Amino acid sequence: MYQYNHKDQILIEERVAQFRRQTEQFLNGEISEDGYRNLRLRNGVYIQTHSPMLRVAIPYGVLNSKQLHKLAHIARTYDKNYCHVTTRQNVQFNWPKLEQIPGILAELAEVQMHAIQTSGNCMRNTTSDHLAGVSIDEIEDPRPYCELIRQWTTLHPEFDWLPRKFKIAVSGSRDDRAATQFHDIGLHLVENDAGEIGFKVLVGGGLGRTPVIGQVIKPFLDKKHILSYLEATLRIYNLFGRRDNKYKARIKILVKEEGLEKFNDMVEKEWLLIRDGLEVSDARFDEIKSHFKPFDYDKKAAENTSFSMYYNENKIFAKWIEHNTVKHKIAGYRAVFLSLKHPETPPGDLTAEQLDTIADLAVRYSFGEVRSTHRQNLVFADVKQADLFQLWQLLNVAQLATPNIGTATDMICCPGLDFCSLANAGSIGVAKEINEILDDIDYLHDIGDVKINMSGCVNGCAHQSVGHIGILGVDKKGVEWYQITLGGSSENEAAIGERLGAAVPKNEIAPAIGIILDVYIQQRFHEETFLETVNRVGIEPFKAKVYANY
Amino acid sequence: MQIIKNNQLIKNHWTFLEDESPVVDGNICVSLARWKSEKIQLLKHPGNLGVRILTTDDVANLGDDVGLFALVELNVLDFTDGRSFSQAYLLRNRYGFQGEIRAVGKYLADQAFYFSRVGVNGFAPENLQQTQMTLNDFTGFYQ
Ligand code: HEM
Ligand code: SF4
Repeated sequence: MYQYNHKDQILIEERVAQFRRQTEQFLNGEISEDGYRNLRLRNGVYIQTHSPMLRVAIPYGVLNSKQLHKLAHIARTYDKNYCHVTTRQNVQFNWPKLEQIPGILAELAEVQMHAIQTSGNCMRNTTSDHLAGVSIDEIEDPRPYCELIRQWTTLHPEFDWLPRKFKIAVSGSRDDRAATQFHDIGLHLVENDAGEIGFKVLVGGGLGRTPVIGQVIKPFLDKKHILSYLEATLRIYNLFGRRDNKYKARIKILVKEEGLEKFNDMVEKEWLLIRDGLEVSDARFDEIKSHFKPFDYDKKAAENTSFSMYYNENKIFAKWIEHNTVKHKIAGYRAVFLSLKHPETPPGDLTAEQLDTIADLAVRYSFGEVRSTHRQNLVFADVKQADLFQLWQLLNVAQLATPNIGTATDMICCPGLDFCSLANAGSIGVAKEINEILDDIDYLHDIGDVKINMSGCVNGCAHQSVGHIGILGVDKKGVEWYQITLGGSSENEAAIGERLGAAVPKNEIAPAIGIILDVYIQQRFHEETFLETVNRVGIEPFKAKVYANY
Repeated sequence: MQIIKNNQLIKNHWTFLEDESPVVDGNICVSLARWKSEKIQLLKHPGNLGVRILTTDDVANLGDDVGLFALVELNVLDFTDGRSFSQAYLLRNRYGFQGEIRAVGKYLADQAFYFSRVGVNGFAPENLQQTQMTLNDFTGFYQ
């Protein structure tokens, strides 16, 4: 993974010193409330229902074991012994004290971590594919490009005070695992007819209140022009994006109001003026790529097939292999998902002990690295097949081997009423109830691939609008109700879910999900997935059953 | 009154004229609207000329006039309105403005470093000391 050089390190240390000074000035009354609010947001600090919250950046979801140990230490020392993995591959602490945050950031800086631009109306952490560099459908590893973009976005002097937040995602494979169609800018590595690598550029996607699927603005952008193209787009957005209404301030609204064609003209005109001065040299690409060289894989890894014996003998291990591991581009290796969706714990939460365990296991089994996924799980990307059985046993002990990746209990879930001051409704409790009705693992596996996303309010932190099943908390005179949508997707065939009908009260939401899954089982045709069935039969059969008693 | 120019505290040598105020001696700065309507008379002024623009003004509107000014003031009414940063970039890099670009109005001391990186070299901030201090927060950068 990328290792900081002296310059990178100095920059984050100076940022810590700056934030320490800003926080002291604020506590002494020397910076206004509103001013400090904006400054702390740019350092990942929100003020929440119970306490400040700190969002730590995990650039494109890549972590090493030293960093995991540090997160464990922070969870233990400054938080209530846990942290939370977010849908943009970051990590959040829910209970730090404001006065302690500069100190926490200083500790993070010791292991090349920071919280720069993880919130606020600026360019955010760049996200990517959690299987980058190892997946079988990859065109090129997106991580070096992400790192280039990470550096370019960090403390960009011109674009730190945008109309609204700005998120970039990069995917390098045929299957989009980074939800690039729902980012302000989505970048897809593609190969043109001449065999050159470049980007397909999408613009104006986003979730939140008004979910919009991004549109292709440039089918092929030579990779050497990536920074000039981003700069041109950001400049047009910074100058012309709406600032009169924060709900209309994302770039998606500018693209919509101007129309893609006119917006494209504006960007193109700007781009041509700056393009030649901002080319990224091959030497620069090579330098960054040198940080992402393939590991020293065991060439004989495929020869040890002992795991197939365990696979045939142990049904639970076999289920885990099928659901929680995927193919690796090197024969004899697999990528392993660590499920953070244990039925007893809130989705995405990790304890300090788990963090330490994962750090140790990463060293033993996966070259010391871990990835976070936008579905709030973790990945050991490079595990030898011969190690799978042992690793599975150890993950089981740590409650990280629930064989439910991609299934109905692998829910994305926001903090909801438990932590969030904006919430209309709880989500963690509902997730638990859904787990209870799906406690039969065979039934769960029979249902197969279904993505349930649940947000406690219309801000949509848990991407409910693109869940195969979306659940949205709404407030009706102080009572928690839930709106259901079906048929959303953030994968290649991106779609926004369709509303099933009127919101249901809290005691009926988990049963309603149960009914929806039952209808699928009745309606499905052969091997059809949940999403395929919904797309074929429409929402009516589901609606009829869910609202049968209304 | 003091300002920061090129990292130094110096005395301010400019007078900003409200749109209705009479012209005074010395270096004067006017709004873009006033410049547009009184350009001919203002050009006869013996002192240096400056123009103050709002974040809602399109700097492209200054056009060839840019060369007539010794000062462009970016007036920040709301510190979250980051258009000033792009305006400064455009003045320096696109329209070749070589005079002083000064950030005036209600911005945060902590924004000065960012301004300095897009070509702003004059600061008339609300808090002079704090602003001067933040200009040295970082010794390196990526852009
Ligand atoms: C608990 C405190 C939280 C608060 C107050 C909060 C607040 C918000 C708000 C106001 C928005 C809407 C932004 C917009 O419409 O432009 C939003 C969107 C979002 N939040 Fe959160 N959030 C919180 C926690 C989280 C967590 C835990 C996650 C990850 C699991 C998360 C991930 C996101 C994402 C991915 C979006 C959607 C971005 C988009 O529109 O493309 N947030 N959040
Ligand atoms: S979706 Fe709403 S309730 Fe959930 S974390 Fe985001 S802002 Fe809070």
